[in-house]
Amino acid sequence: MRSSIPATIRAALAAAALGAAAAGVLAAVVLPGWTQNAGSAVAIDNFTFNPQRVTVKVGTTVTWTNKDDIPHGIASANNAFSRSKALDTDDSYSFTFGTPGTYQYFCYLHPHMTGTIVVEGATGDNATQ
Amino acid sequence: MSEFDRMGGVSRRKILECMTWAGTGVLWTVSGGVPRSLGIIDKAVAQEARGLTFLQISDSHVGFDKPANPNALGTLEEAVRRINALPVKPAFMIHTGDISHLSKESEFDDADRVISQTRLDVHYVPGEHDFLDAELKLYRERYGRGTKGAGWYSFDANGVHFIGLVNVVDLKAGGLGNLGNEQLEWLEADVKGRSASTPIVVFAHIPLWSVYPDWGWGTEDGGRVLEYLKRFGSVTVLNGHIHQVMQKVEGNVTFHTARSTAFPQPAPGTAPSPGPLKVADDKLRSLLGIASVSFKQGEQRLAIIDTPLQG
Repeated sequence: MRSSIPATIRAALAAAALGAAAAGVLAAVVLPGWTQNAGSAVAIDNFTFNPQRVTVKVGTTVTWTNKDDIPHGIASANNAFSRSKALDTDDSYSFTFGTPGTYQYFCYLHPHMTGTIVVEGATGDNATQ
Repeated sequence: MSEFDRMGGVSRRKILECMTWAGTGVLWTVSGGVPRSLGIIDKAVAQEARGLTFLQISDSHVGFDKPANPNALGTLEEAVRRINALPVKPAFMIHTGDISHLSKESEFDDADRVISQTRLDVHYVPGEHDFLDAELKLYRERYGRGTKGAGWYSFDANGVHFIGLVNVVDLKAGGLGNLGNEQLEWLEADVKGRSASTPIVVFAHIPLWSVYPDWGWGTEDGGRVLEYLKRFGSVTVLNGHIHQVMQKVEGNVTFHTARSTAFPQPAPGTAPSPGPLKVADDKLRSLLGIASVSFKQGEQRLAIIDTPLQG
């Protein structure tokens, strides 16, 4: 999720080279608030969460989408966030993580399916939830 | 010793051989804890089994409409026609869960309408697909009357003690099916004081034995059930969930899973996931079906006959 410094410089240079409207869009890339509020997607495919481990900034909304022909359900391993309804094929569930921490979750229909969301605070620290 | 005895650690090929064999309709008898095959079933053998005959159906998944079977209600209707055409009318039926696909009221309604056409008493246990409504109440309202906890109970028929267990609630991250302490304590008390010669039939949705833990096909605390039942001379464990016939015999315990009436699932490890198996349209009905179980009084004899919807 982090832009490397050369990429940032390149973006800034590109922005400078473009017109005012385009520069506004590109400038957003380097604003700290942009990555915090961007969404993060997890696909449920072949009874697997993909990616299985996701690291996001605090305030990020994670969206799970079921690509299988069988329903799945998202539940926190220790009730640290609210569980989804059963997700039929192509259904999605979103949750916005407002507290830094490491969140273990599983499919409540098929509990051998597990995944992890790591939510980093503004300073990058996190505690196990 | 049969091939099934070695299924704990055997190759995939062996499991497939066993399944193919079971799928042709081999009649199993259990006598003094030693299983033996009587050969391919025919009507004469089936009718010989006087005493108690009951049916098992499983995994109707009413509401499922994906490519593996766009009409799961239709194949349930076919299963009911098979049941109504049986030469010996069964005493009752058990349904080992996943009646519905998404726990919708309309799915339960459709299932009830079709299954009631058998005019048989049906003893249900829930699958994980039957506990998906927001309030987790539809299954219990319809099928859980007079049961304990999430729906476990026992009853007696013709001297056989039947125990219906629930292993699809309070599932834990990374785990398998789960019975929980409250239910296991109830079970221990339920069988206490019963004569060791009482034939026991246990039925639950997820297999109580470790079929394939990588796909979640087993029950975390299933071993405790067997511990409470080890003094009994004849124990039969009937499950669903894996949508294919599989059998294992361990001492005096026979484990058996039934086909689904809705869609097949792959043999353990033969696919990237246990998701619905799409087969050629003309093959589907050979992989769906019902099971008939007969117990012959005085002979500790129990026979399971799997009948596909076709072939």
